[in-house]
Amino acid sequence: MCIYVLNQDSAYDFYVNKLGFAVHTDAPMGEGARWLTVTPPEQPELEITLFLVAEGGMFDNETVATMSSLIKKGTFGAAVFTCNDLMATYQELKTKGVVFKKPPTKEFYGYEALFVDDSGNWFSLSQPV
Amino acid sequence: MEQFEKVYLYKRIVQAKLFIDNNFACNIDLDNIADQACFSKFHFIRLFKTIYGKSPHNYLVWVRIDRAKKFLADGISVLDVCQRVGFDSPTSFTATFKKMAGQTPSAYRRQAAVKKGAIFANPLTAVPNCFAETHGWIK
Repeated sequence: MCIYVLNQDSAYDFYVNKLGFAVHTDAPMGEGARWLTVTPPEQPELEITLFLVAEGGMFDNETVATMSSLIKKGTFGAAVFTCNDLMATYQELKTKGVVFKKPPTKEFYGYEALFVDDSGNWFSLSQPV
Repeated sequence: MEQFEKVYLYKRIVQAKLFIDNNFACNIDLDNIADQACFSKFHFIRLFKTIYGKSPHNYLVWVRIDRAKKFLADGISVLDVCQRVGFDSPTSFTATFKKMAGQTPSAYRRQAAVKKGAIFANPLTAVPNCFAETHGWIK
């Protein structure tokens, strides 16, 4: 799974220090590039790449500008995470400074909240019924 | 959802959990945490266990071993890690680590160093080809 981010240092802080994900790989790739992947605390087999939107390879200037603008605007909903206790997780993440677009709410499929990462990607955080 | 009506209880339990997360290296008195959270010890342990699936004591031990893994992976010596995560003796640290991680701290540290060394020697082994091509890291 791949999440496009605007700054890998800031993404590291968000996903590792705030969400509590573990670093799977953090390797320098030369010329300032970095391969950074993390895993959710209770799903170590799911490797999530925090992929920097930056010029190089298939990303030209125009693509970088367009993607950055869309990510910042909150266009992309990147994933659905589940947790055992939504209210506890919500309270903890809020205390750590995570921004929520929607507080825990009852939906027909369960209970859900929406939070935003440091780049602008949004995620569903749910507790199955 | 009944739990949504008890936000104040959640806030207090979450604060206690965060206190453990931030002070795991200290000699934490769980009775004090219960007092600060304004719960009786019994009520506190029951609520904590309901939310996090572990007693506060077991959670504290889990946090210490989890942090120890990170320190060991960073190449810090076993003795230093033992002190940094709040264990009184290397013997109890090694025994607890082995019980929870399935190997001794020294073995874990060695294994992590080998993995890290291999990635740093050839970072492309950690990157799927499609991403490496997208980034222009391989021709």
